[in-house]
Amino acid sequence: MTTLTGRALADAVHAQALTTVPATGALKLSWLLLAFPLFGAVVLLVGGRRTNRWGHLLGVAMPVAAFVYGAIAYFTLLGDTNREQDRHLYTYILVGRFQANVNLLIDPLSICFILLITGVGSLIIIYSVGYMAQDPNRRKFFGYMNLFVASMLLLVLADNYLVLYVGWEGVGLASYLLIGFWQDRNSAAVAAKKAFVVNRVGDAGLTLAIFLMFSAFGTVSFTGVFHQVPSGGNGVATALGFLLLLGACGKSAQVPLQSWLLDAMEGPTPVSALIHAATMVTAGVYLLVRSNPILAVTPDARLAIAVVGTVTLLFGGIIASAKDDIKKSLAGSTMSQIGYMFLGTGLGPEGYVFAIALLLAHGFYKAGLFLGSGSVIHGMNDEQDMRKYGGLYRFLPVTYVTFGLAYLAIIGIPPFSGFFVKDPIIEGDFTEHGAGGWVLGICALIGAGLTAFYMTRMMLMTWHGKRRWEAEAHPHESPPVMTWPMVILAIGSVGAGAFLIINDRLQNFLAPVVGVPPVSHGFVTTAGIVAFVLALAGVGLAWLMYGRIPVPAVAPQGNPLVVAARKDLYGDAFNESVLMRPGQWLTRLSVYFDNRGVDGLVNTTAALIGGTSGRWRRLQNGFVRSYALSMLAGAVILVALLLAVRL
Amino acid sequence: MTHVLAAGTNTDSIAVESVFWILAVAAVAAALAMILVPRAVHCALMLAVVMLCLATMYAMQGAPFLAFVQIIVYTGAVLMLFLFVLMLIGISSADSIVETIRGQRQAAGLAAIGLLILLILGIGHAALGPATLSKTAGGPGNLTGIATLIFTTYVFPFEVTGALLITAAVGAMVLAHRERATPRPTQRELAARRLASGHLAPDPSPGVYALHDSADRPALLPDGTTSEVSVSSVLSPRDPADERRFVPPEETLEITAESGEWEPSPSGKADS
Amino acid sequence: MSPVHYVALSVILFVIGAVGVLVRRNAIVVFMCIELMLNACNLAFVAFARMRGNLDGQVIAFFVMVVAAAEVVVGLAILMAVYRARRSASVDDANLLKY
Repeated sequence: MTTLTGRALADAVHAQALTTVPATGALKLSWLLLAFPLFGAVVLLVGGRRTNRWGHLLGVAMPVAAFVYGAIAYFTLLGDTNREQDRHLYTYILVGRFQANVNLLIDPLSICFILLITGVGSLIIIYSVGYMAQDPNRRKFFGYMNLFVASMLLLVLADNYLVLYVGWEGVGLASYLLIGFWQDRNSAAVAAKKAFVVNRVGDAGLTLAIFLMFSAFGTVSFTGVFHQVPSGGNGVATALGFLLLLGACGKSAQVPLQSWLLDAMEGPTPVSALIHAATMVTAGVYLLVRSNPILAVTPDARLAIAVVGTVTLLFGGIIASAKDDIKKSLAGSTMSQIGYMFLGTGLGPEGYVFAIALLLAHGFYKAGLFLGSGSVIHGMNDEQDMRKYGGLYRFLPVTYVTFGLAYLAIIGIPPFSGFFVKDPIIEGDFTEHGAGGWVLGICALIGAGLTAFYMTRMMLMTWHGKRRWEAEAHPHESPPVMTWPMVILAIGSVGAGAFLIINDRLQNFLAPVVGVPPVSHGFVTTAGIVAFVLALAGVGLAWLMYGRIPVPAVAPQGNPLVVAARKDLYGDAFNESVLMRPGQWLTRLSVYFDNRGVDGLVNTTAALIGGTSGRWRRLQNGFVRSYALSMLAGAVILVALLLAVRL
Repeated sequence: MTHVLAAGTNTDSIAVESVFWILAVAAVAAALAMILVPRAVHCALMLAVVMLCLATMYAMQGAPFLAFVQIIVYTGAVLMLFLFVLMLIGISSADSIVETIRGQRQAAGLAAIGLLILLILGIGHAALGPATLSKTAGGPGNLTGIATLIFTTYVFPFEVTGALLITAAVGAMVLAHRERATPRPTQRELAARRLASGHLAPDPSPGVYALHDSADRPALLPDGTTSEVSVSSVLSPRDPADERRFVPPEETLEITAESGEWEPSPSGKADS
Repeated sequence: MSPVHYVALSVILFVIGAVGVLVRRNAIVVFMCIELMLNACNLAFVAFARMRGNLDGQVIAFFVMVVAAAEVVVGLAILMAVYRARRSASVDDANLLKY
């Protein structure tokens, strides 16, 4: 055996790492990760109103316990040479040669997500103790949140696509329940339905991918599929890539399945923070990064992922720039940032690490931004229109500082997180995918400028400038139960990027899962500098438009782009005309066909029989001579038959 | 003659052949006439002709017993029974020529022709051998042979047929029986009814006041006009205009309740 | 004459009788046509008896006559009963068992 070096060594490590070993030591208890939040959810939801008094405490304790175990698991994994450990729980399906187990896979990628979900999740759930204090259904809220945490953990812990799909559906359900949490609001119910239905379209893609895996490889486990994909033929891998992309688009609100994310802001702010910023919408990125051996074989799918990401980051940025509702603007921002993550994923081995890094950092600062906005909404008496904010920095100081730190992180100012994690992706565009890569890279640069623009707009409209409040507004700082999580998240926003990227820490950590990128950049690159300059330009432009001149209380008409952006760039109109109307026509056609065609057939048959029998009964005319005639005719026929047989 | 006819072999004499053809033609003609003539009595007579022809043919084929049974039982008893019932039911009822059921005649003709062709075809193909001499030709004779067969081989059908005859007779009696709805009135009841009605003497029988004693004279209605239906349709009623109208007498004599004297009746009408 | 001629004659008489049953409306005439058909069968039986050389055919013909007589008795009794009830001897008038 020759000694392997460099890339070959990395590939060998990667190939070897596709096999897993059974869990040992503390990792044998990894089922606790699922058990804690699931237990909380069951107790709170089944227990009902009896648990109202202490429900929130249980609801907080369970994710925190899961986080504690997650940390233990992380340090155990660090100390272990076998970085991919599989904890077998039970055999789910065993049919013929097909087997699907519920196994929990603890490996570097899943541990990142576990820490993110339980850590940021715990902080947000603690925050919601204060945010939902006045709500009579608070206990149910915590039940749903725990259900979500359990499902999301199942999603990232699964070691085969089928169990991943179970978690996938679980988070979809939790999202539906939480978006429509305030059931008395019609808009919330409609938004929840919309989210579920659009997600379903994406789920169809994931389902078909699982079917294809089963038919092509006979297995749906990660190790099984990843071992067979290189030999499976190009068509299968490309199809899988595109189908997985479709699934990821649905869950991560990428174009063309992006229309649900802005409406999902109908849910309470902690929901928006946890589900629609930090975790659920990143499940698509997880799926694609996990499936990197499949993507390694199909450059077409990777290009498609990169294109989708690029289109979405511009899409989200444009929408975010025109929205006056603070949460909707942040939702557009989320859409755009996840577009960056997809762009990173589409770059191949170069970009997986940075996509995950961006995902983790984004979890911190976007959650921080959402929690901050929740604090503002809470302080401004549930007012969400930024045109009615202004000059709040004196009144909500802690929120202002945390919000500001997160703001600096997101626009990519060094040394905050965004700078470290976003610029490598932009740099990677120019080196990958040839000429198309330049287009992607330029769009990403424009996106960076847009990000700075709309975030600065948000800052200026909310915290600075003249006070445009309603008469009865009394802005006040939030209680400590709400501010402490924001503080912790702010610390993360500040330091996460540097922590992950410097010394290639995350890269080395994730190497067994995603491989090693071929070429390593420093973290000060040309693209990075250009991006920084564009960000400053965006800040400046926003200050010109919103800082120097007073913000009008009523939104001005704006040019056609602004009008379009306010209407979500006609996403809903597009869906309606292309999908909903034809669907309705199809159903009407089916109903028509059923009524006229099928019923007509059945009724015609009945009428035919009735008519025929009506005719035939007239043979019984009561005349003996007619009957005698038929007897004679019958006798003639019989004789004829006899003769025919005998002659 | 019977022997000559009964000894029929393959080579029949000219006489036998010509007799057969004459009888055959007569039978077919009579049968056709039977189904075509409108009057029922004529049909019966034609049937009689057919039966007699057939009886002769039986005799020609060496079945003398059967021939006589045909004449005595079939023609003489069964056909006479037909005529008897005809007389009871409707000697005057003539079938109208118009066919009420659409297409019945055409269909019947078609089916009949079809059947004829098929059966003739069947016969033509069948291996019908020549006539063989009867085994009992010189032996016990036709009647003894039949009797032997009836009481040995066919004794069971014979017994069953006997039961059938009894059943038929009983059935006929049952069908002809009329159940009285009310008990039969006794003579005393009849007399009491007659007294109560005031109509003591029986009415004059039909024709008492008739001037003519002829079946083709129509009867008189109470008002003196003639009744057309009283003449059988097989007869043509004599024109009543030829005759004097019957003029009832000026008065009739009647016993009234009070006087006990014969007095003229106020109506001046004849008792009907 | 060979039996074939007799059988052919029997067929012709049978068919004529069948037509008569279908075409005539007077019940008694219909009955008489049925009798014609039976007679035709008798003729065929006798011809076959002559053909085969034994008397079985004649015995059967004899039984046919007996049965025909019984049938005529019952049939005419029924006819009488119907006539008494309906005052009509036409087969077309007994048409109540219809659709």
